[in-house]
Amino acid sequence: MGPSGCGKTTLLRVILGLQRPDSGAIGNRFVRPAAVFQEPRLLPWRRAWENVNLVLSDGPDTEGEARAWLDRLEVGEAAELYPAELSGGMQQRVSLARALAAAPDLLVLDEPFKGLDEALCERVITTVSRALPEAAILLATHSEAEAAALGCRILRYDKGRFDV
Amino acid sequence: MKARLRKLPTTLAVLLFWTALWALLARLVGQELLLPSPLRVLEELFSMAGTEAFWLATSRSILRVLAGLLSATVLGVLLAALTEYSALARQLLSPVMTLVKSTPVASFIILALLWLGRDILPAFITALMVLPVVWANVSAGLSGRDRQLLELARVYRLPRRRVLRRITLPSVLPHFRAALRSSLGMGWKAGIAAEVLTVPPHSIGKNIFEAKLYLETPELFAWTLTVILLSLVIERILLRLVERIGQKGGGEAAEA
Repeated sequence: MGPSGCGKTTLLRVILGLQRPDSGAIGNRFVRPAAVFQEPRLLPWRRAWENVNLVLSDGPDTEGEARAWLDRLEVGEAAELYPAELSGGMQQRVSLARALAAAPDLLVLDEPFKGLDEALCERVITTVSRALPEAAILLATHSEAEAAALGCRILRYDKGRFDV
Repeated sequence: MKARLRKLPTTLAVLLFWTALWALLARLVGQELLLPSPLRVLEELFSMAGTEAFWLATSRSILRVLAGLLSATVLGVLLAALTEYSALARQLLSPVMTLVKSTPVASFIILALLWLGRDILPAFITALMVLPVVWANVSAGLSGRDRQLLELARVYRLPRRRVLRRITLPSVLPHFRAALRSSLGMGWKAGIAAEVLTVPPHSIGKNIFEAKLYLETPELFAWTLTVILLSLVIERILLRLVERIGQKGGGEAAEA
């Protein structure tokens, strides 16, 4: 947790290997990372279920699996729609479904619950924590309640330093 | 298709207007040598179409132009991929492409005539006209790929083939289609112009050249009409083909 502009997103990007740190190095033992960014990052030319399917390995019924994840994130009715036809909150849930479908051992979440109403947000958080009981979850948020609901250990971050 | 059908009466009316104007002018001029009437040109075209030589010439010309188009397309895509990943390659190639684009096609034809056989030259000239357009457009498509989606692919460690099919191809295809749309007609016309100047055996260009030489104006018009009609048909077919490839590449195909 930390104030806006304190560098939470930058830190997450460094952890994900998308940005080089100015100094030092990041040791990462995770082999199947997944991320939900502040923006949903969906393929605009693909339907919702196909966006989830993108991260699934070859298998007999990846479409069914993708649709099941959308159902669990309460966005199953939009499986056939393209991202442009979805609301912001729905797009974000498709993005979450994609992350969970990847069965990651590290899930990086950068303010992923923006745009969800309180009740839905609670249910989504429950789904996330139940879906990945073994995974490490790194959540950047302004909401202490979200962090607590995910069972996270809260670290306060500001200007490159943690206040543990 | 429906929209095209709706436009059909207007298209036919416009065509009729210009043909009528042509017929009127031909009547006013009154000399077939200077301006034959549309009917006379059609008559000549039908008479030519009944000969084996006509089909041999058109098929050979089509093959030459298609060879040029195909090689330029493949090379253009490969060079675009190279220049996307190598700044040095881009710096080296950019001025060459600009030079090719801004040099008059006639200069290239005369120069290339010194180095190449006249049978291969039209294909080479077509390729030269198409290559910079394909390269520039595909390069724009590659560099315009959504960086956020590429980051996503990196985070999820998606296989290269899947990134190519799901992110790169859909980003590049519209640019590729635009390149073909703008360069097909140009390549075809340049190829025929090269044939006119090099007169390879069994070619539309040779027939145009000879019709001009012997002042066979109706035949000259008929060959020109053939070039226009073939240009329209080839453009339609190739663009349809690219559309289909695009649908397959970005469609519901099995996971890579």
